[in-house]
Amino acid sequence: MTNELLDLARSVVEQAKDGEGVEVYVTRGTDTEVRAYDGEVESLTSADSSGVGIRVLVDGPGGAGSQVGFAWAGSLDPTVIAATLADARDNARFATPDPDMVLAEPDGVAPVELDLWDDGVASTSMEKKIALALELERATRGADPRIRQVSSADYSDSRVEVALASTTGISSFRRRTNAFLSVDAIAGEGAETQTGTGFSIGRGPGELVPDEAMDDAVVRATRMLGAQKVPSAHCTVVFDPRVVSTLLAVVASALSGESVVKGRSFFAGRIGESVGVGGLTLVDDPTDARAYGATSHDGEGLACRRNVLISEGVLGMFVFDTVSARRAGTASTGSAVRGGFAGTPSAGCRALVLSPGSKSQDEIFATVGEGLYVQSVTGVHSGVNPVSGDFSVGAEGLLIQGGTLARPVREVTVASTLQRMLQSVVEIGGDLRWLPGVAAGQTLAIAEMALSGD
Amino acid sequence: MPRSGLGGDGVGGHDDYDTAVTDTALIDPDVLERVLSSALEGGGDMAEVFAEDAVTASAMLDDRRVEELSSGRSRGAGIRVVDGETTGFAHTADLSEPGLAAAARAAAAVARQGGARVRTVALGPLSAHGRGDRTPPDSVDKARKLELLTRADEAARAAGNAVTQVQVGCGDSRRRVLIANSEGLLAQDDQIRTRFNVVCVANGDTGMQTGYESVARTEGFEIFERHRVEDIAQRAAARALVKLSARPAPSGEVPIVLAGGSGGILFHEACGHGLEADHIVKDASVYTGRVGELVASPLVTLVDDGTVLGEWGNFAVDDEGCPPGRNVLIENGVLTDYMWDWLRARKEGRKSSGNGRRQSYQHLPMVRMTNTYLLAGSDDPDEIVAQTPSGVYVKKLGGGQVNTATGDFVFGTTEAYLIENGRITEPLRDANLIGNGPEVLRRIDAVATDFDMTPGTCGKDGQSVPVGCGQATLRITGVTLGGTA
Repeated sequence: MTNELLDLARSVVEQAKDGEGVEVYVTRGTDTEVRAYDGEVESLTSADSSGVGIRVLVDGPGGAGSQVGFAWAGSLDPTVIAATLADARDNARFATPDPDMVLAEPDGVAPVELDLWDDGVASTSMEKKIALALELERATRGADPRIRQVSSADYSDSRVEVALASTTGISSFRRRTNAFLSVDAIAGEGAETQTGTGFSIGRGPGELVPDEAMDDAVVRATRMLGAQKVPSAHCTVVFDPRVVSTLLAVVASALSGESVVKGRSFFAGRIGESVGVGGLTLVDDPTDARAYGATSHDGEGLACRRNVLISEGVLGMFVFDTVSARRAGTASTGSAVRGGFAGTPSAGCRALVLSPGSKSQDEIFATVGEGLYVQSVTGVHSGVNPVSGDFSVGAEGLLIQGGTLARPVREVTVASTLQRMLQSVVEIGGDLRWLPGVAAGQTLAIAEMALSGD
Repeated sequence: MPRSGLGGDGVGGHDDYDTAVTDTALIDPDVLERVLSSALEGGGDMAEVFAEDAVTASAMLDDRRVEELSSGRSRGAGIRVVDGETTGFAHTADLSEPGLAAAARAAAAVARQGGARVRTVALGPLSAHGRGDRTPPDSVDKARKLELLTRADEAARAAGNAVTQVQVGCGDSRRRVLIANSEGLLAQDDQIRTRFNVVCVANGDTGMQTGYESVARTEGFEIFERHRVEDIAQRAAARALVKLSARPAPSGEVPIVLAGGSGGILFHEACGHGLEADHIVKDASVYTGRVGELVASPLVTLVDDGTVLGEWGNFAVDDEGCPPGRNVLIENGVLTDYMWDWLRARKEGRKSSGNGRRQSYQHLPMVRMTNTYLLAGSDDPDEIVAQTPSGVYVKKLGGGQVNTATGDFVFGTTEAYLIENGRITEPLRDANLIGNGPEVLRRIDAVATDFDMTPGTCGKDGQSVPVGCGQATLRITGVTLGGTA
């Protein structure tokens, strides 16, 4: 496949000096964002952006390995790219020589053909996109008399193309589109206020379901009205699919081979051991086109593949990029991730899925009988530590009494450790939902969590 | 009235900056006038060009290796056109006149067709800022920066055999901005920031624990005259080591004593975000309509102050060209004002308070905090602990999060101890605290004199900006601590 972006990446790679390794990541994209408020367009953003990230490897002194330098720029202008290459080259001189520092080489794994591009993102008129946001805002305001305010209703979409080429023979191109609808609803009764967020995602505007976003926001806000703190207790906690997706993202960082080789994961040294209940199987599969993070190639241009990380509760493997794999004495699992053109590759998950069970959320409530259903959590970045496994988050939701949802609860925390939680899963829902981020989610019940309240 | 150490003498407003132009303008004023005029051709109330040239450098030492030096450059302009309640926005990396004109057309596309008319924009004199006494980071040899990383790594590892992993990061940035709008405003700023941080992992019988410490200031390499990297590393290592013997934190409502400078994140989350006018005008804050009311303990006087020279949230003009202010938000417990950007101030017929900020030229500005701090009180910090029969002493806070509409917020501890019989005793494992902003602010019953500030990164609506937080040792009579014990 030839295209302009890949040609550009290759032309920069050709400027490598003798003995130098050069990897060039170029990207360009278009973003649209419409925010509706109070029946009008509050803001409309439409912009193109592009950038380049270059890694240069040089042989360190005394055969001690390679030194790497990195530089990036938010431009594809030839003079800027030339300066960026020079910066990366200069930076390389200062790195510690490292025998494991190499660029990825083609490993013979064929990329899975994925169609992640929806022409509808480009062909849909701006008027239509604006109408989607306005209609979502109007419908949400009118959905329930207790909805007091809709603080924002957004339509956004993006088109992104990435090309990657290197002196080691990497040459890859991928592209994808995303479309997104989201709404923040505020419900009120008397002096009390509660909030709910809903969204719908797709590859293009045609896949979006405004009612799904609206219902989610309205139900989540209104059912919290009357919420109170409850006394501290130990109980079973049922997590909503959206919360489970967030929690899996934290578990993912402990499954990164880079965290493991650097002694920063509670999973280190536990391959082959039981780390979760028997029914727990966790797969990272970016080749599943339904996943938000789906992609044919990873951040080093290798083919993405399906990796089974935990199988029936037993830890099977970690995800690796090229360098962390060498440090661990293994091969890349096609799991290099990078934060756009300004980031360098590291090992990470893109599309985690917990193998679903068969029960619906209501059936799980019925089985659990008594406990707390958590619809959203806060403080994940401050209260969940993927190194120690300590887990403590703010939570809101509803009590489960007699097998069904009862009164709403706010201003409580739920706490445990990630290690204990994986061993205390009592129900895995069949209600798998593809969500934005690095993980899908379904309802999950975990026993013996510490609930802190009054 | 007591004033905080950093907000004290010798710290004034933007007058402390040199008024000399430090560098050539990013865009010629004549070009700006033409671009702004054309942006309003189809109608609209205000057009603005925000140009930015940012250069960043960072270095990371991890697992005993200098893994990577990184350099980045970003240059472009964001153009917005405001027409009634609607804002159109476009950005471009092309600062040539045709590039700017194309972005202006895209931004103006949302403006109602008001009929073709000629709008002439005349820019006022440039208000330029820049400080001559800083050591620009790009003037410092890369090898000197790397030496700092190595010294910190060695100091952290020397703190104890149980320290098994050390990651040291150092970064600096220079951000030149130029803002012009159709009201004639023309301003620029030259912002230099430097940060240094250390993360340690300690390994013991009970598993692994982490310790984090950072310094960050709006200044150049001279930050290292103020801070020794060995000290930063030792604090991070000590934090990880002490937690190896930590017991699970208690669960339920407990009195909390926050150490001075432990992270004024409490106020950032408990009320700071709720006092941002964009939430206020949408009735999406618990503080809406409450100016003049008692919303906190009379011991609380809260200030947002972008003028504190060198602090992480300091600048000469905000990202809309407005100089920052020392804005008193809560005075002796009474809510006095909110924080404003241009757009929300216009709606209320008032002036911006200098709180319009954006992550980069690719983002629209919105109301953001700068350096937000609680003024020091008169109590003795040791006495506060001594007079707390039982509770939790928080030496260091991590991050936090708030729902501005309900006021419910969380903030995490990264170093905390039990208080038993008025004495600090056993260390506790990390946990989140949860509370409701107005409720927690009313429960502050002691504020000490030992004020200090900490840097942080504030995220809102997908945009990150550097902010400072500060407070002296204080006590809250009851907050829910999310432990397991």
